[in-house]
Amino acid sequence: MASDTIVDPDFKVPAPERVGEEGKTWSHVIQNLVFTVDHKKLGLMYIGAGLLFFVVAGIMATLIRIQLFFPRSTFLDPDVFNRFFTMHGTAMVFLVGMPMIFGFANYLIPIMIGTRDMAYPRLNAFGFWVFFFSGLLLYFSYFGAPGLYNAGSAPDVGWFAYSPLTAKAFSRGHSTDYWTLSILLGGIGSLATSINILVTTFCLRCKGMTLGRMPLFVWLFVVVAFLVIIALPPLSACQIMLTLDRYLGAKFFDTQAGGDAVLWQHFFWIFGHPEVYILILPGFAIANEIIPVFSRKPIFGYPIMVAATVMIAFISLGVWAHHMFTVGMTSLGNTFFAISTMVIAVPTGIKIFNWLGTMWGGKLHFDLPMVFCLAFLFQFLIAGLTGVMLSVVPFDWQLSDSYFVVAHFHYVLIGALLYTFFAGIYYWYPKAFGRMLNRKLGFWHFWLFTIGFHLTFFPQHISGFLGMPRRIFTYEAGRGWEIWNQLSTIGVIIQIPGILFFVYNLIYSYFKGEEAGDDPWDAWTLEWATTSPPPEYNFEKIPEVRSRRPLWDLKHPDDPDWKFE
Amino acid sequence: MSSAELTNTASDWKLPSQRKVGMICLILTESSLFTIFVVAYVWYMGKSLNGPFPKEVLHVPWLASIALFGSSFTVTIAEKFLHKGNRALFHVWWLITIALGAYFVYFTGAEWYHLIYKENLTISTNVFGSTFYSLVGLHASHVIVGLILLSIVVISSFRGKLDPGHSEHVEMIAWYWHFVDAIWVVVLTLVYFISVNY
Repeated sequence: MASDTIVDPDFKVPAPERVGEEGKTWSHVIQNLVFTVDHKKLGLMYIGAGLLFFVVAGIMATLIRIQLFFPRSTFLDPDVFNRFFTMHGTAMVFLVGMPMIFGFANYLIPIMIGTRDMAYPRLNAFGFWVFFFSGLLLYFSYFGAPGLYNAGSAPDVGWFAYSPLTAKAFSRGHSTDYWTLSILLGGIGSLATSINILVTTFCLRCKGMTLGRMPLFVWLFVVVAFLVIIALPPLSACQIMLTLDRYLGAKFFDTQAGGDAVLWQHFFWIFGHPEVYILILPGFAIANEIIPVFSRKPIFGYPIMVAATVMIAFISLGVWAHHMFTVGMTSLGNTFFAISTMVIAVPTGIKIFNWLGTMWGGKLHFDLPMVFCLAFLFQFLIAGLTGVMLSVVPFDWQLSDSYFVVAHFHYVLIGALLYTFFAGIYYWYPKAFGRMLNRKLGFWHFWLFTIGFHLTFFPQHISGFLGMPRRIFTYEAGRGWEIWNQLSTIGVIIQIPGILFFVYNLIYSYFKGEEAGDDPWDAWTLEWATTSPPPEYNFEKIPEVRSRRPLWDLKHPDDPDWKFE
Repeated sequence: MSSAELTNTASDWKLPSQRKVGMICLILTESSLFTIFVVAYVWYMGKSLNGPFPKEVLHVPWLASIALFGSSFTVTIAEKFLHKGNRALFHVWWLITIALGAYFVYFTGAEWYHLIYKENLTISTNVFGSTFYSLVGLHASHVIVGLILLSIVVISSFRGKLDPGHSEHVEMIAWYWHFVDAIWVVVLTLVYFISVNY
C-alpha cells in the first residue's frame, strides 16, 4: 500500500494555529492577552493590573506623606493634595482591592472545585476589560476632566464623594463625572464576575465535591460574590442619581429643592460597609488555605467557619450608618448601629480563635506564606479592636474623621488584606509559574514592609487622639503632631524598599527561581493535583473527591479523611 | 472502568442548571438596584417644595397594568404550547405577550408626554419628578430589554432556529419577564396608590 501513495513521507500536517499562539513577538503576546478567555490568564491579568494600580496609588500616598512631613509644607498645592487622596482612596478600593480579589477567585476557584474553566468564560473576559478600562478612565481624568470649562482636573471629592461637594455648583468641569462613570463601569464588571463565580461554584463542581467539602476559600468567595451582587447595586444607583443630578438637573441631592445630602451618605455606605467585608473576606479565604497547610493540621471548625462567614455577610448589611454617627441620627439609630457593629465582632472573633485552634498543637512551618498570615492575624486583631472602639458612639463623635480612623482602616486594608494578598502570592506563585519565589528576598520584603507599615500607621492612632483631622493638606506647628507625622513618613520610606524587593522577587524568580514541582507545600486541595503551571484545561481527567482534603486521601490511602467525615 | 460505569456515575452527580442559577443571581442583583430607587422614592414622598405633586398629576394606569400583568399569563401559556410542540399557538401567545408589553411601553411614553408637555413635570422640576422618572424609567427600560429578548425568541423561531433544546432558554426569558412584572406590582402600589396621598 505504501508504494502507491504519493504523499511525501516527510510531510507533517501543520498543527492548527490558534490566535495569539503563532509566535512569541510582542504583538502576539498582546493579542494573546486581549483574546484570552482562560480563567488562569484572566486571573493573573487581574492581579497584574491590580499591582500596577497599587504602585500608582502608592506613589500618590508617598507624595501625600512627604507633604505632611513638615508643618506648613508647600511641597504640594492644596488642590493637588485633594486630588491625590481622592485618587489614592478610589484606586486602592476599586482598582487594587477589587481586581486582586477577583484575580485570586478567577485563578483558583475552577481548579479548586475541579473544573476546566469558569461557567461563562467570555463574560469573565468582559468583566476584566470593563474593570481595566474603568481604571484607565479614572486616571484619564487628569487629561480629560478640565474639558471645556477648563476647571478642575482629577476628582477631588474624596473616595466617598459626599454631596454636595459633587454638585455641579461645587465641582465644575468633568472631574466628578469621570469618577462617577468609572465607578459605574467598574461596578458592572464586578457584578458580571460575581455572578460568574456563583454559577461556577454551584454548577460546575467535580463529582463528590459537595458544598460541605468545598475548600473554605471557595466557600468564602461564594459569600463574597453574594455580597457583591446585593451590595454593589446601591453604589451603581448612587452614581446614576448623581449623573442625573449633574446632567439633567435632577434634585436627588439638591438640598435647596428638597433633596437630601444625607441620602447620598446612606446609599453610599449601604454599599460601602459591605464593601469592607467584600474586601476582607477574600483575605480570610487565603488565610483559611494557608494556615492549615503550614500548621500540618486540617482547619479547626470548618462548619463554624462557614457559619461565621455567612453571619458576617448578613450583619454587614446592617451596620452602614456607623460611618454617619457624626451626621446626627436619632438615639435609636445610634444605638442600633453601635450594637450591630459590635455584634459583627463576634463571628470575626470566632474566626480568629479557629485559626489559633488550627495552629494549636500543629507542627508550624514558618515559610513566607505562613509568616505573612501570622502578621495578618496580629494586625487584623488591632484593626478589629480599633473598629470596636469606633463603634462606641461618643468615642466616634470624638474621633470620627480623624487620623485615628485613617489608622484603623489602613490596619484593615493593609495590615490584614494586603498581607494576605502577599501570603497568597507567595503560596500560589509556584503553582502559577512553576518556580518558587526567593525565600531570602521574601523575608527582606516581609521585615522591611512590616516595620515600615507599623511605623507608618501606628503613630496615626496617636495623631488622631491629638486631634489631627484626616484629609488636611497641612497643619500648624506646635500642636504635637509633627513627630507622629514624621515617623509616619519615615515608615513609608522603609516600606518602599520592601515593595521593591517584592517586585524584584516576582521578576527574578520567574526566570531564576527554584523549580517548584507540582506540590511544593505538601498541600491538600485540588490545585496541587495538577501540574505547575496548570495546563489550559486544568486537569487531564476531571478528579473525583471524597473528602475536604482530596490530596491527603491520595497521599495517605491507609488513613483517608473520608473515613472520618 | 467501563463506559457503562462512567455514564452511571455521571448521572448520580447532579448539579443545578447554570442558566437558572445565573438568572436567579441577575434577578437578585436587579432587585437590589430597584430597592434603592424605591427607597429614594419613599424617602422623598411629600418632600417636594413646589408642584406639580403626585395627587395632582398621577392617574392609576389600569389598562397598562392589566396588560403587563396579563402578559405574565400569556407568556406561561405560550411556554406550555412550546413544550407540547404546538408551534403555531406558541407563536400566537408569544406575539400577544409582545403586544401587551409593547402597549405598556407605549402607555409609559404617552403618560410621560402628557406629564412633560401638559403638566410641566420634568426630572428637574422637583424631587417628585426626579424620583418618579428615575424609578418608572428604570422599570420601563427593563420592559424594553424584556421585549427585545422576547422578540429574539420569536424571530429565531420564525427562522427555524428554535429547537426543543432551547426550552430552558425560553423559560429563563419568561422568568425575566415575570420579574419585570413583579417589580411593577411594587412600583404601581407605591407610586400610583400610596404616593398620590401626598
